[in-house]
Amino acid sequence: MTLAALEITSSYYLVLAAMVFTIGAVGVLTRRNVLVMFMCVELMLNAVNLSFVAFARALDDVTGQVIVFFVLVVAAAEVAVGLAIIVAIFRRRRHATADDLLALRG
Amino acid sequence: MIAAAPIATPAVDLWAIAPIIALVATGVGLVLIRALLRRNPAVTAVCFSVAVVGLLVAAGLLARQWHRVRDDGPIVSLADMVRVDPFAVFLGIVVVAATLAGLLLSYAYLRREELEAPEYFALLLLSAAGMLMMTTANDLVVVFVALEVLSIPLYVLVAFDRRRLRSQEAGLKYFVLGAFSSAVFLYGIALVYGATGTTSLSGIATFLAGNTLFEQTTLLVGLGLLLVGLGFKVAAVPFHMWTPDVYQGAPTPVTAFMAAATKAAAFAAILRIVLTAFPQYRDDWRPILWVLAALSMLVGAIAALAQNDVKRTLAYSSIAHAGYILMGVYAATSRGREAALLYLLVYAFMAIGAFAIVMIAAPGSDDAKHSYDDYRGLAVRRPVLGGLLIFFVLAQAGVPLTSGFVGKLELFGSVAQAGETSDYVLLVIGVLSAVIAFAFYLRIAWTLVTAPDDDTAVAEAYSTRPRRVDGWTGIVLAGAAALTLVVGVLPGTFIHFARDAVFF
Repeated sequence: MTLAALEITSSYYLVLAAMVFTIGAVGVLTRRNVLVMFMCVELMLNAVNLSFVAFARALDDVTGQVIVFFVLVVAAAEVAVGLAIIVAIFRRRRHATADDLLALRG
Repeated sequence: MIAAAPIATPAVDLWAIAPIIALVATGVGLVLIRALLRRNPAVTAVCFSVAVVGLLVAAGLLARQWHRVRDDGPIVSLADMVRVDPFAVFLGIVVVAATLAGLLLSYAYLRREELEAPEYFALLLLSAAGMLMMTTANDLVVVFVALEVLSIPLYVLVAFDRRRLRSQEAGLKYFVLGAFSSAVFLYGIALVYGATGTTSLSGIATFLAGNTLFEQTTLLVGLGLLLVGLGFKVAAVPFHMWTPDVYQGAPTPVTAFMAAATKAAAFAAILRIVLTAFPQYRDDWRPILWVLAALSMLVGAIAALAQNDVKRTLAYSSIAHAGYILMGVYAATSRGREAALLYLLVYAFMAIGAFAIVMIAAPGSDDAKHSYDDYRGLAVRRPVLGGLLIFFVLAQAGVPLTSGFVGKLELFGSVAQAGETSDYVLLVIGVLSAVIAFAFYLRIAWTLVTAPDDDTAVAEAYSTRPRRVDGWTGIVLAGAAALTLVVGVLPGTFIHFARDAVFF
């Protein structure tokens, strides 16, 4: 097999994006540390960005790339608020693990 | 050298987005006023008044839009991304009314809980602006941005009570699951975009009508993920885990606002996405909605039975109500749409009324005591408050002569009309859920009219000075009760209103 036969098509990126998204989703659902859960959400969002760009390339359409900018802005705003909430809790409790949030169980 | 190609800018009809602009401008203005009047003791009162005026302006603009879109047809603007039609304006009115109610409830509440911060009002208005954006969105990207604009202020509002750990934990929980669901929703957009090459709802419909897809998996998975993402926002089972905790932990006026307004906005997005963009895929999304509706109705009603906290019970009841409204979406007819719209309107006021009483009636000053024991004998001690709460829970249960009865009748009727076996099964599940729900609504009512068992509890209940109902809360209560009663007794006008609003 020659190297030319190994041309990277956009479907490679889509598969990679699906895998990263899954890792992120599983991470949010199974990890207990809130900061790690945040990172997993970011992983999911960036996987989506990757698929948007790959689709934009495959479809030869610029919309997908434009959407990525929207997503980046939204993700930044979201993280700012999320970290602020964590800091507010941390000031009172000195740790941030989902398991410690016992006040609201059931 | 690259030739400077002229960039075609889309026509902007400011009139179409005027209510959104009014809310955003007021919200940003409030932050500015806050900064300018930092040390002034009247800052909260000033910000509150400005916020009320801003909402009234938005309501006035929506009322004018209503007449215009009903007579002249929908306004489509901003490169087909915004579509102002009777449907959008109707739900916009519900959102603005719910926001106004939430705002009026908050004023006395914030003072009582020593949380006075004018930013609260700004966040409320910005969230409402996101909801209005969502009702008019005609493009998946706009739906996503609107989803975030409405959610991000809500995360802060839920966590607003900085003295109560529960509030902050609820905020964190809502944030993590909200961010997760937005990411899922966004992946749905990506897959639909990949399959159809567009994110415009009408564009997707045109594409799907004109082309047969070589492979459907991408599109169907995308559609499924879109429904999952929005299912989180409307609190449909199995995506409801956050609802009881967040509704319980959030400051009560915020809970009222979320229950009423967020539901309306998220259902606007669901209805528009499935009916505008995917009418050809009816047979694929209807079973999903069937399952969501059936599970929400059953799980919501059954789990509510096991609760010992009035606020939590009302949260589970809101899950069951999401199931009832999903039945209208499932029907996928204009009658179903009309019933869903009517129910969103009447549920908004039943929920706001009930949560308003919860806000006043809870003993203590930290908005944490909402167990059944804390409410025991309320209707004896304070007949008006207790009576109103009984009225609102009976309305939610669907007792005749209340709006809940009319709304449920319309929803059940819309499902029965289609007449297939699966429709009747769903109908039976709906009726079953309503019967089960009756049990816990009656339990709340019974708790309110019975006196506490032991004497110390009685003495304690009578020793605490009854909380005065301030004027703003009184207005909200009177309005919610009046609407709940009027829709129940004279439903004609409101059914016509909803019927006019079904048009996309």
